[in-house]
Amino acid sequence: MTEHSRTMQSSGFSKMVWFLISILGAGSLGVVALSRGEPINAIWLVIAAVCTYFVAYRFYGLFIAHQVLQVDPSLPTPAMRLNDGLDYVPTQKYVLFGHHFAAIAGAGPLVGPVLAAQMGYLPGTLWILAGVVFAGAVQDMLVLFISTRRDGRSLGDIVRLEMGKSAGAVAMIGVLLIMIIILAVLALVVVKALAGSPWGTFTVFATIPIALIMGIYGRFIRPGKIAEMSVIGFVLLMSALVFGQHVSESASLAPLFTYTAIQLAMIIIGYGFAASVMPVWLLLAPRDYLSTFLKIGAIVALAIGIVVVMPMMRMPALTRFIDGTGPVFSGGLFPFLFITIACGSVSGFHALISSGTTPKMIESEAQVPFVGYGGMLMESFVAIMAMVAAGVIDPGVYFALNSPAALIGTDVANAASVISGWGFTITPDVLLQTAKDVGESSILSRAGGAPTLAVGMAHIFSGLIGGKAMMGFWYHFAILFEALFILTAVDAGTRVARFMIQDLIGSVIPAFRATHSWTNNLIGSAIAVGMWGYILYTGVIDPLGGINTLWPLFGISNQMLAAVALIMCTVVLLKMKKQRYAWVTIIPTTFLLICTLTAGLQKVFSDVPAIGFLAHARKFKDSLAQGQIIAPARTLEQMHQIVWNDYVDATLAGAFVAVVIVVLFYGIQVARKALANPKVTALESHGVAKVTRIA
Amino acid sequence: MVLPRSRELLERARRRTQYLWSMLVQTFRLMVGVPDYETYVRHRQEKHPGIPWMSHTEFFRERQRKRYESGAGKCC
Repeated sequence: MTEHSRTMQSSGFSKMVWFLISILGAGSLGVVALSRGEPINAIWLVIAAVCTYFVAYRFYGLFIAHQVLQVDPSLPTPAMRLNDGLDYVPTQKYVLFGHHFAAIAGAGPLVGPVLAAQMGYLPGTLWILAGVVFAGAVQDMLVLFISTRRDGRSLGDIVRLEMGKSAGAVAMIGVLLIMIIILAVLALVVVKALAGSPWGTFTVFATIPIALIMGIYGRFIRPGKIAEMSVIGFVLLMSALVFGQHVSESASLAPLFTYTAIQLAMIIIGYGFAASVMPVWLLLAPRDYLSTFLKIGAIVALAIGIVVVMPMMRMPALTRFIDGTGPVFSGGLFPFLFITIACGSVSGFHALISSGTTPKMIESEAQVPFVGYGGMLMESFVAIMAMVAAGVIDPGVYFALNSPAALIGTDVANAASVISGWGFTITPDVLLQTAKDVGESSILSRAGGAPTLAVGMAHIFSGLIGGKAMMGFWYHFAILFEALFILTAVDAGTRVARFMIQDLIGSVIPAFRATHSWTNNLIGSAIAVGMWGYILYTGVIDPLGGINTLWPLFGISNQMLAAVALIMCTVVLLKMKKQRYAWVTIIPTTFLLICTLTAGLQKVFSDVPAIGFLAHARKFKDSLAQGQIIAPARTLEQMHQIVWNDYVDATLAGAFVAVVIVVLFYGIQVARKALANPKVTALESHGVAKVTRIA
Repeated sequence: MVLPRSRELLERARRRTQYLWSMLVQTFRLMVGVPDYETYVRHRQEKHPGIPWMSHTEFFRERQRKRYESGAGKCC
């Protein structure tokens, strides 16, 4: 056989394979989208998603990489030019993929889809797929590419470099705000999952001494033995998880680990402060190892579980709540679905990771699509699995878990009748039994994703190992695994916020910049913790359960950051004189701008009190004026508190809108200048591309 | 005739497994921010000969401290 005919044959074969993948994907999507009435198997969602990813990577991701960006494997990357064996190290492509994925995957893609499931699995699934292909993965890959061509600079630095100092400063303030909101919302997820749950609280508390043991082991006994530390930690953790059941059943121990939401919030705030001033090797790093490995393990296990068990989706494709009257999050499908599912479709936070450690380790530009676009596809798959986990449980149980107490009350009889009234028939017995199966006293109003995911995962895993007897174990395993990496994020995030605050204040009082000073350290940490702690507190005492109020703010801020990153990408494409292809970023940017601005403005100005913060404040103010107290407030003081919180939230939403508009304004200015200039003006580090790449 | 061939195959499989295992270990280490120590030492020997490099313990501690200072952090 000649070389020529062999290539011919392989290309014919490859064409056929791609044709089959496309057909399979289209067919599965058809099943997912068109089946009405009768439940479908979750495996169709998985097949539809995986085929979509393959086709999107092959035909869109690679198109952008080769046609638009023209990645050039012959250009030396920062890892090659600045190799120091530490930060800048040329890294094998699969190893780097693992690093990048572990850095972008967090709690976000697990929580958003669970909340979005109130509209049925279809709208969320379609947005996860379309969003990742056209926005999320494009953003991640472009930022990675742009940063790789600029010595691995950070997003803030690149915005400053390509769009000017003012745009950079505004973007940095936006990043700080999003950090604060993320920390508050994530901490709230943990509070919601642990309130009144001695089993969960015990295991999560146990992670602190376990981390300390690991930390001391890895510091002094066997320095640098990550695997040994992690195995020790894992064994201790599983023992704590098993022992937790005894704690929850013991009359003397259970009260020691039973806390209200407010108490837990205070504990987490205190913990966040303490953890962020402690040396990293003692608590943060060991727990980071545990949470990273547990996260990867749980994701793999969930994927295997879904494929082996092949559960049926019990949630309908569409529910009546697509009209925007749903209990889990307020507001209509547009724009609120698109900000509820942030990570998993498109997440601005990834722009920070893609311009963080990853670009410093790219061996060749040819790796950019695989790591950048591919890594995000993987994250999207995690979101699809979260949607499956939320969809396989009884819809009645789903709404019991996710609706605020203000709507369904606090006893099972009332909750069952309200939820049945919505058309999701459920009996009080089922709610009690589910709580009992998972080893909890109540499953009502545990919004925030983690418990729903836990019930879903328990449902899937118990079909695999252990049956019903193991449900309690799996439920608390899922809670533990989510709480573990949320607390790691809270700890690490508080540190990052502290450095940002020190940097920000340091521009006025230079002495405040010294990060090794204990005074600065304590003051900076106190400000950072105070900011997210306050928002967490407002979420805990919020009548609508907090998540309902704060998750949209988080979604808006995250999508806002994505819009900022995509504006920067568009500007850079224009500066590279690639205006012919600028639509690859202009389309997702426009869509995100429309979503974020609509959602942001509605959150501030909508007349519906459930949506608009100002309208909500007005409602409570009017009652105050008449001396009336409306639920869930019980005192006049609480009424004032609610009004004040509304103003704080409105200000935050307004600030996000302002940040986007300012960056857009600078973006348009720079873009027009770039269009008018016939030369390439992108500021790449090596200077090669400037001369050769005039389109 | 059969024996040397199968031994060769076995040897190749062993080397392949060893390579995959070392890649896996590297991946997990890098997931928590610790790059390959041997690569670092090789780099120091090649590019900065004569200058002492960090011991494994020093390297690990330096990387651990650096990971949480950079601000890259974790995603939501």
